[in-house]
Amino acid sequence: MPAMTMIEAINFTLRKEMERDERVICLGEDIGKNGGVFRATDGLQDLFGEDRVVDTPIAESAIVGTAVGMAARGLRPVAEIQFFGFIYEAMDQMAAQAARLRFRSGGRLGAPMVVRAPFGGGVKTPELHSDSLEGLFLHSPGLKVVIPSSPYDAKGLLAAAIRDNDPVLFLEPMKLYRAFRQEVPEEDYVIEIGKAKVLKEGEDVTIITWGATVPLVSKVAERWEQQENVSIELIDLRTISPIDEEAIVFSVQKTGRVLIVHEAVKTGGPGAEISALINEKALFFLSAPIIRIASFDTPYPVPSVEDDWLPNAERINKGIREVLAH
Amino acid sequence: MWMEPNEVTIEKVQYLDENGKIRAAAPDIRDDELITLYKWMVQARVFDQRALKLQRQGRIGTYAPMIGQEAAQIGSACALGKQDWIYPSYREGAACFVHGFPMKNFFLYTMGHLKGTDAEGAHVFPVQIIIGAQCLHAVGGAWAGKYHKENSVSVTYIGDGGTSEGDFHEAMNFASVYKLPLIFFVQNNHWAISVPRSKQTASKTIAQKAVAYGMASIQVDGNDVLAVYTTMKQALERARQGKPVLIEAVTYRQGPHTTADDPMKYRDPQELEQWLAKDPLKRMKAFMIEKRIWNEALDKAEFELAEQKVKEAFELAVNAPKSTTEEIFDVVYEQRTNQLTEQKNSIAREGVL
Repeated sequence: MPAMTMIEAINFTLRKEMERDERVICLGEDIGKNGGVFRATDGLQDLFGEDRVVDTPIAESAIVGTAVGMAARGLRPVAEIQFFGFIYEAMDQMAAQAARLRFRSGGRLGAPMVVRAPFGGGVKTPELHSDSLEGLFLHSPGLKVVIPSSPYDAKGLLAAAIRDNDPVLFLEPMKLYRAFRQEVPEEDYVIEIGKAKVLKEGEDVTIITWGATVPLVSKVAERWEQQENVSIELIDLRTISPIDEEAIVFSVQKTGRVLIVHEAVKTGGPGAEISALINEKALFFLSAPIIRIASFDTPYPVPSVEDDWLPNAERINKGIREVLAH
Repeated sequence: MWMEPNEVTIEKVQYLDENGKIRAAAPDIRDDELITLYKWMVQARVFDQRALKLQRQGRIGTYAPMIGQEAAQIGSACALGKQDWIYPSYREGAACFVHGFPMKNFFLYTMGHLKGTDAEGAHVFPVQIIIGAQCLHAVGGAWAGKYHKENSVSVTYIGDGGTSEGDFHEAMNFASVYKLPLIFFVQNNHWAISVPRSKQTASKTIAQKAVAYGMASIQVDGNDVLAVYTTMKQALERARQGKPVLIEAVTYRQGPHTTADDPMKYRDPQELEQWLAKDPLKRMKAFMIEKRIWNEALDKAEFELAEQKVKEAFELAVNAPKSTTEEIFDVVYEQRTNQLTEQKNSIAREGVL
């Protein structure tokens, strides 16, 4: 089992899936010769040719819309949006076309396609490169939204996404692309979409998070366990849509205290949905109000204030203290 | 040297003049094909008039009439092979019928039935509402066809208003760069709801828009079914060789945009009068009578037959079981999510919360 970074795991999975199924085609800006700005598609054009690893003109709506047309006619496109903040350009083709094709055709046609995009903060990008917009798509029926937090998960989830018969938005936390290496089996495996992972079991507080904040929250949780003797259950949601309600409710019933940590802005963010679902399904198991540690309700800020704007250890610590105070 | 806009000169392809007289050499179309073209135009007109009445009676929902555009739709769709694909918007019922889309289902669509876009095996994509979005699906479809070596051409239908949308331009660019078997069939019917073509684009023609994308294009008299059919045949040959093309069919929307607007509010009645004189059915009928392959008795019988077919299609649609709320949960994903199952069950069990 080789150790891989997340970006290596993604590259490896794309290669394996393209070998496995000749209907899989990659398309996007700079993904061919250049191998993608983060090298996710590095070397794939040499292996599979320009017909299967396609450098497209700069046109996000066209990239996604073309993928919809391809998918409906028997291909398995994997489209790359260079940075997730550019998805606004393709909003119609994502939310109104890819997401709704099955419904609009009365179940006759599907759009088995993946849209991959790097996203998330902490890497000091220019404007509209880091925004965590997963909430927009949680609110768009017909899509699945998947966010890996480790190289191992990236491989299993991406393979599942490519083989899925519905459109999957696969969001890759930029900060984690090369953050650490992990043993990733070369052999084929998939991780079921829609299932959360309990990273650590605990008794006192449930923390629900995903993507780039998973390593940060893990570290904070470890400190609370070691120094404060507080037992924390940590859930990596992995899939934002559909949300694994069962895993969440099960955990809340056990701990009675919940903290949700995400990089998306607070108002109308996925945390609001999770909080509402706990309210509906496990309110009377709660011992304290649910706390959301999210980014502030401003556009993604300039790099000089990014570290304060994003959920950080200090804010997560405050949140844990707050839920324990009740 | 500055390149001035609209320097491009484009001649309009036309065979039949406004009185149905052949202008130059007649195209090589067999008599039985001519009759088929006309019969489909009759069917389209009868459907359209019936649909309009049914909407006024409250028996179907909003409808976008196609009256005046029969030659553009029928001429283009009759040229297609079965393996080809249509990516329509909401005004292309006639083209869809020719390509095998059941008339019954179009009625179902206007009645708000979940299966109203079911083409039952015909190569017709679901009706598109978001203007221009279908152009990109046709790009992807053409790409898949080429990849699978299907020898199929994808045809995207769009109106003059639609050519203002970004997706149209992105699709033209992609199609040309990747040499896709794709035809952009623009029905320039002169009105995008209430905005005239002159306020939609400053281009002298829509056909010339293709020039900037390195794509061949042509303008045809969209009310002359012979011109449309012949041009479409040529376009298909080009497209099958990986040369995408744009056809601008110059026609006119004689009715409202949909049953929800009144064109009297925004357009000069004289303009309509001028275009009624160029009516596509009238021209073709005159041509066929002159050619002695058609007569008034046949014409009357054909209209009656078309009425009968529309009536039967409507009856089938009316008697089809209505869509149920339960059904909608089953066509969002291939497999229902737990959330959708819970919501579906809540209806069956105790009604919607």
